[in-house]
Amino acid sequence: MTATRSMASNAGGRPAGGFGWLQNLTLSQRRTITGYLFISPFILGFFLFFILPALTAVYLVFTRWNLIAEPQFVGLKNFEDLAKDALFWQSLKVTSIYTFASVPLGLTMSFLLALLINTKIRGIAFFRTVYYLPSIVPAVANAVLWAWIFNTEFGLLNVVLRAIGLTKVKWLQEPSWALVAMIVMSLWGVGSSMIVFLAGLQGIPDIYYEAAEIDGAGRWQKLRYITIPVMSPVIFFNLIMGIIGSFQVFTAGFLITDGGPQNGTLFLVLYIYRNAFEYLNMGYAAVLSWVLFGIIAIFTFLVFKYYGSQVYYENV
Amino acid sequence: MSTTISTRTAQTQFREKYLTIDFIWRLATIAILIVIAVVMFMPFVWLVSSSLKQQHQIFQYPPQWIPSPVQWDNYVNALTYKPFHLYLRNSLLIIILNEIATLGTASLCAYGFARLRFPGRDFWFAIVIGTMIMPYVVLVVPTFILFSRLGWVDTFLPLTVPQFFGGGSFYIFLLRQFFRTIPEELSDAARIDGAGEFEIFWRIMLPLAKPPLITVGIFTFLGSWNDFFGPLIYLNSPDKFTVAVGLATFRSVLATRWELLMAASTAMIVPVIILFFFAQRYFIKGIVMTGLKG
Repeated sequence: MTATRSMASNAGGRPAGGFGWLQNLTLSQRRTITGYLFISPFILGFFLFFILPALTAVYLVFTRWNLIAEPQFVGLKNFEDLAKDALFWQSLKVTSIYTFASVPLGLTMSFLLALLINTKIRGIAFFRTVYYLPSIVPAVANAVLWAWIFNTEFGLLNVVLRAIGLTKVKWLQEPSWALVAMIVMSLWGVGSSMIVFLAGLQGIPDIYYEAAEIDGAGRWQKLRYITIPVMSPVIFFNLIMGIIGSFQVFTAGFLITDGGPQNGTLFLVLYIYRNAFEYLNMGYAAVLSWVLFGIIAIFTFLVFKYYGSQVYYENV
Repeated sequence: MSTTISTRTAQTQFREKYLTIDFIWRLATIAILIVIAVVMFMPFVWLVSSSLKQQHQIFQYPPQWIPSPVQWDNYVNALTYKPFHLYLRNSLLIIILNEIATLGTASLCAYGFARLRFPGRDFWFAIVIGTMIMPYVVLVVPTFILFSRLGWVDTFLPLTVPQFFGGGSFYIFLLRQFFRTIPEELSDAARIDGAGEFEIFWRIMLPLAKPPLITVGIFTFLGSWNDFFGPLIYLNSPDKFTVAVGLATFRSVLATRWELLMAASTAMIVPVIILFFFAQRYFIKGIVMTGLKG
């Protein structure tokens, strides 16, 4: 069929040159060319802004380079520095604590909120909107707002704490409180993963619950044996995205606390930023970036391995 | 006869019992909904309330929730203290370029992945998915070096040109999922009429794809409007700053003028909220399909 067609076009006696060669191609060859033309922007971009920078980053880790002078080859010096660098270990610690607190808390909260707004009550759309809105606040505006909310004397949070009879907290003056503040702030933005959960919940067929009710299942059992297992792919998805996102946290630490106090909020990305764009230490910043990549890759892998195997897929 | 009656009473008892539990459950749910709504909304009230106070009212305990007099001037002062009109112009310019880039090239790629059959397609699509979970920060340093070699630092090029290469994996994925739902007969009919693949894409598919394109357009807007890291590292001259970077520098200059900072922050948040209220369902769709943060 294809052969006949290409022969037929040849027989048409088109002049050579120009796009005439296109006519000599078989249908499947033409299809391939068309296909690659359509996806060519992505492929070009992949090589230019992914492969090329990745290769550059491999080269960078062996150099000392301030962008002004020529890069110097220093072998494994950057890695030796890394092992001895107290600030690196501090940033790793801070980022890990932040992730291990904010991701599970955020996931639990957004799941509970989704359950809550999945009830059929008049005006539920209002609540959904109110819970979701904080997550669309631009990061910079969010950081400026929370810097004021955390103000020790006049900030909203301490105003509320004092109103209910608690003592005020020095949110941004003590290293461990500052990290707690960052976690609290992240919880304000659980709305978007709540929406993802809500969509999942609304996709669960009523028959499942009706069948369970006939078997005498209560609320808790329906949640435990239907909702959570059926939702496991969504939980899995939100968990992965949560981990990837929170290891890259930057704006709040940069704008609210500038990594302080006493490096208590020196997130890894903030430390990368400082090395690259303040100390102009490109090689070392590249090493730190690879470390960040390695950590995220390991956690994504672990989540896939241990959680992914338990995920319930209905019929894929 | 008697058995029927007893079953019926058992049923009513059963029903009554569960109806009341249901009722209590419902009341509790509403109560919790309201409490959480108040907590979630409070920062917004605080933001707007602070933005309308006089300087001395800011530092008052207990705080005045409804400031009197209402200081509308804060908005004028905040937005003229730094050239926010320039920042706005820069942000809009970047947004327009990114919209053209993303809508154009993401839909092109998505169509290729969704509707055309060719060897290597699935391999490349796997790479699209792979780059979706790639943390962008990892490549920030080498990408910066690349652009600085090209002499692109302190221009809008690093913030716009990369978008012309597919516009981002999330958007390709989102649009591809949509294109796959369109029945094949539609394209076949056009092919019989002699339409080329690009014509089918342009004349038939794109008009059908308005809803997902609006979703992509909205998230592209949010992405550029909210982006901080990119403009922070690439833009040096103050007259090239975007709104996000402008607001951030504003914060370092006016450390404790909270009323002005809140006014400027409100001004940056309001367009996003207005957009949300006009296009709620597209927001929801985008988040649900890709997990993109708004």
